[in-house]
Amino acid sequence: MQNVQPNIYRRRLLNGAVALVACRSLPAIAAPEIPDIPLLAQLLAGRTPRWERLRLELPALADNGLAVPMKLSMPGPFAPGPNVQAIHLFSEKNPVPDMATFEFPAPLEKIEIDTRVRLAGTQKVVAVAVMSDDALYAAAAEVIVTIAACLDGS
Amino acid sequence: MLRRRAALAVAALIPFLAGAQERVVPIDKLRSGVEFAGADVRAMQADDFANPGFLWVERGEALWREAVAGKSCASCHGDAAMSVRGVAARHPAFDRASGTVVDLEGRINACRVRNQGAQPFERESEELLALTAYVATQSRGMPMAVSIDGPARASFERGRALYTARHGQMNLACTQCHEQSSGKRLYAETLSQGHGTAFPAYRLEWQGVGSLQRRIRACFYGIRAEMPRPGAPELTDLELYLAWRAQGLPIEAPGVRR
Amino acid sequence: MADSRVSVAPQARRGEPFEVRISIRHPMETGYRTNESGEHVPRNVIRRFSCRYNGTPVFAVRVTSGIAANPYFRFFVTARESGPLEFEWIDDAGVRGEARAEVKVT
Repeated sequence: MQNVQPNIYRRRLLNGAVALVACRSLPAIAAPEIPDIPLLAQLLAGRTPRWERLRLELPALADNGLAVPMKLSMPGPFAPGPNVQAIHLFSEKNPVPDMATFEFPAPLEKIEIDTRVRLAGTQKVVAVAVMSDDALYAAAAEVIVTIAACLDGS
Repeated sequence: MLRRRAALAVAALIPFLAGAQERVVPIDKLRSGVEFAGADVRAMQADDFANPGFLWVERGEALWREAVAGKSCASCHGDAAMSVRGVAARHPAFDRASGTVVDLEGRINACRVRNQGAQPFERESEELLALTAYVATQSRGMPMAVSIDGPARASFERGRALYTARHGQMNLACTQCHEQSSGKRLYAETLSQGHGTAFPAYRLEWQGVGSLQRRIRACFYGIRAEMPRPGAPELTDLELYLAWRAQGLPIEAPGVRR
Repeated sequence: MADSRVSVAPQARRGEPFEVRISIRHPMETGYRTNESGEHVPRNVIRRFSCRYNGTPVFAVRVTSGIAANPYFRFFVTARESGPLEFEWIDDAGVRGEARAEVKVT
């Protein structure tokens, strides 16, 4: 399938100055400045999550927004206390802001998930872990996504 | 008499001398495209499980054993790891039966038609990509070593002419990005030396595996030139030139690129 | 392309986590692209992925187009008894996929 029309993933034109930024790791957003994502607000339902324990790792500068490696982890121990029920992943700018929900129907000792996500341009990504006692933990990261140097119509 | 003999001796040497082409990129300066890639792309290529290209390699392995009118690749070639090891390193190569230079995809299709009595796979079809990836992987780590002598010579010269000529609205020659400017930034990307040793490769931009011909066509598009059609002889000429230019560089297929 | 590839630690210690990896061949068509004829390519992504260990669901993902093409998941499961790991997924077109692996617990 050929991608003839510039699509959503190309619409974010990167500022030339940003393109020259060295690829250093930006710290995960520790301050609870929650991006305006309606589905995220819905999940939080007015509650403030704890911005600790849950770790969201994404590259500061993505090689390509179509496949960005992501790691979610949460150190234990969990048993005998509350365990993780689900981790929700939200995107600030994607057309589908609700990226994925990782579910844990049975308690797991080690919470560490790796996958590759799609990001439609430079944006913040927010993860929220929901515990079995309804406690919420959150983590966020900012990723710079550039468009390809040359258009590819092959 | 002696002068004529001397002249003949010199004349006999000329094809040999002409065949000894001086390298474009000195062997100690050869760098694979993976060295110009970002950390995440490099990590994906370094891990055979995380490398999505291996989904195609495994399909290729299944196709290798799939019979067409009673004959599979395995029927004649047995274990690919032994029988076709080194083949990717020697292609593109001159094919006597057709009288043309063929790339690895062309060789696979020629075998299908001549020895299995089957239809050739279409360029960029999932089957051809899978089989080519599987065959190419058998040469992983082996240095590129194509021949540009004799009947392959004309194709090599055409490939070199294409590589050094300006094309498209941007009026750029391959050499301008991949020789004069390799290592420099173009937008947020670093220009490579333009070798094709990782192909068929999983390109993040394609969200799938594609051939070296597809990558070359993408470059034509990028400089706003008309893309040669898949399978066009100009693309094989360029592939041969690229393979010669990269000689000594190990095959990385299936590579991962952005 | 194979439908999928699975990698499971061949041996695991009871009570300890072991690594599970899966790589699935799927274009994860977002529904935002047009093909070369200018026609809109309809959305078709894997929408649910699940893993059962000895019959018990242990990990699942509600997936959207926000997950990259040819999805890759790596996670950890707590070892209990030797037995099968069964993976299932379904996409928007209703097409199902499955894979299986064995883990030996000592």
